[in-house]
Amino acid sequence: MIRTPQKVLTGGLALLFLFPLLWASVASVSPQAGSAQIDGWGLGNYRTLANYQAGIGQYLLNSTAVSLMTVAFTLFVSLLGGYAFAQFRFPGRDLLFLVTLAILMVPYATLLIPLYVLLNQLGLQDSLLGLALVLTMFQLPFATFMMRISFESVPKDLSESAQVDGCGTLRTLLYVLVPAVKPGLITVGLFAFLAAWNDFITPLVLISDSAKMPLPLAVANMRQQVMGIVDYGATEAGVVVLALPCVVLFLALQRHYVRGFMSGALKG
Amino acid sequence: MSVASRISVTERSGLVSRPAAARKRKLTGWAYAAPTALFVLIFFVTPILLVGRMSVSDWGLFAGNRGLNAPENFTDVAEYRLFWPAVWFTVKYTLVTTVILLGLALLLALIVQESSRWTGFLRTSFLVPSALGLASASLLFYALYSPQSSPFGFLGVSFLGTPTAALWSTVALIVWRFAGFYMLLLLVGLQGISADVYEAARLDGAGRWQTFRYVTLPLLRSSIALCTILCVTGSMLAFDQFYLLTKGGPDNSTLTIVQLIYNFAFFGGNDLGRAAALSIMLLAALLIANVLQFRGLRGKEG
Repeated sequence: MIRTPQKVLTGGLALLFLFPLLWASVASVSPQAGSAQIDGWGLGNYRTLANYQAGIGQYLLNSTAVSLMTVAFTLFVSLLGGYAFAQFRFPGRDLLFLVTLAILMVPYATLLIPLYVLLNQLGLQDSLLGLALVLTMFQLPFATFMMRISFESVPKDLSESAQVDGCGTLRTLLYVLVPAVKPGLITVGLFAFLAAWNDFITPLVLISDSAKMPLPLAVANMRQQVMGIVDYGATEAGVVVLALPCVVLFLALQRHYVRGFMSGALKG
Repeated sequence: MSVASRISVTERSGLVSRPAAARKRKLTGWAYAAPTALFVLIFFVTPILLVGRMSVSDWGLFAGNRGLNAPENFTDVAEYRLFWPAVWFTVKYTLVTTVILLGLALLLALIVQESSRWTGFLRTSFLVPSALGLASASLLFYALYSPQSSPFGFLGVSFLGTPTAALWSTVALIVWRFAGFYMLLLLVGLQGISADVYEAARLDGAGRWQTFRYVTLPLLRSSIALCTILCVTGSMLAFDQFYLLTKGGPDNSTLTIVQLIYNFAFFGGNDLGRAAALSIMLLAALLIANVLQFRGLRGKEG
């Protein structure tokens, strides 16, 4: 279908998109003045990164903990919420759904200023739990919308026959409906993970203890460590460590990622 | 099976009195919605009310609430010397980014429209950058643009050194990071156009350009509208990329509104009241921009 000159052109375009990622991977292990990898190839930059302040292990752990908590909270809340919005009628249902979607309309910056004060009052300042709760809130519009659509596309007969067999609403949800909405759950979980892993401004505002910083914040701070002198090698290594899980997860779950958009955009 | 089950459900619900069953179902619905309601109430509704209160109070980062002072925060913010430059820069950045990003995304979507193994590779290549966080992407481009480590060092260009270069270098980063994402949204729209329409256009003797101009573009309008609204909103709220690439420099030339909010609150200003006031102005501007876009895009359709 596609002719050769076009192939060359579009192939070049694809390489242009892949280039920064390939460059960072190669540059992080190649010799470079002013970095821990002055001559020859090797993992010097990664060693700098590993030994930075609290250690990369701690930052990876922080990021992993925040991301997993965010995924767990988001899945829990949006699974129950989506079920409620799709299959039950109760007073205030439409209002609650609208207010949940309205989170999309309010800028992060507007919410983070009061959240900084609010979390202090709740005793959640400088805590990974507080950070995860806030990140979950930011995920709710997409997650709730996605789960509502997922539940609405399950045939009514399925839950009705489960209830005939004597299942309560909770058992119907857990044993009959969860398997049916699994693609929705995977999409929601993937998005929540990527968002939590990658978020920068939320921990920048909410976390001040350097031992509790997630990885993006730690890499950004490392870069500003020494006045005027930036260790670009260590920065490149940091980018690779940050990007690797996202790219791997994306490639593995690409189909769900794409399908999430397809169903969301078509029905929305 | 489904007929049988429906009959038995009716029979079962006949056993319980109707109002009681209906009330129980309402309560059950509320119970499942309760976690959502709690989250929305604590982490969304409360902060919104609080930011309103803070915007009319003398509220220090460390000192806390020192009483009402309306409308001082708002007037102070509007008179701040970097306020209008930041507004103007944010608007300029939004326009430039939206036009370039949507143009390129549409081009990419048209390129990968048909699916085959080759377009599968292309789609993945264009989409991979959107898996990265904006902060990671910014750090990556920070190294890519630096005189010490840049592979483009031989060009002798200072990527972030002048106001103009800093703007375009940041736009390049954003286009790289988001083009695939918007391509995907437009692709969904393209695939919603039925083959019959193209067939009819071909029979009428329409050329490639005419088909694109009079068939594809109009039928793609709602997808383009969605992309425009997302892109304008995202650009008006730009922060990570400028915070990490330029720190608002050189010479405050790339200072955005969100960065100004951050500076008021945490970077030297230590004034949460002013930050709250500016946040509310930003929220209002965003709502107005979105209403205008909805109107404009709907107006064209009617």
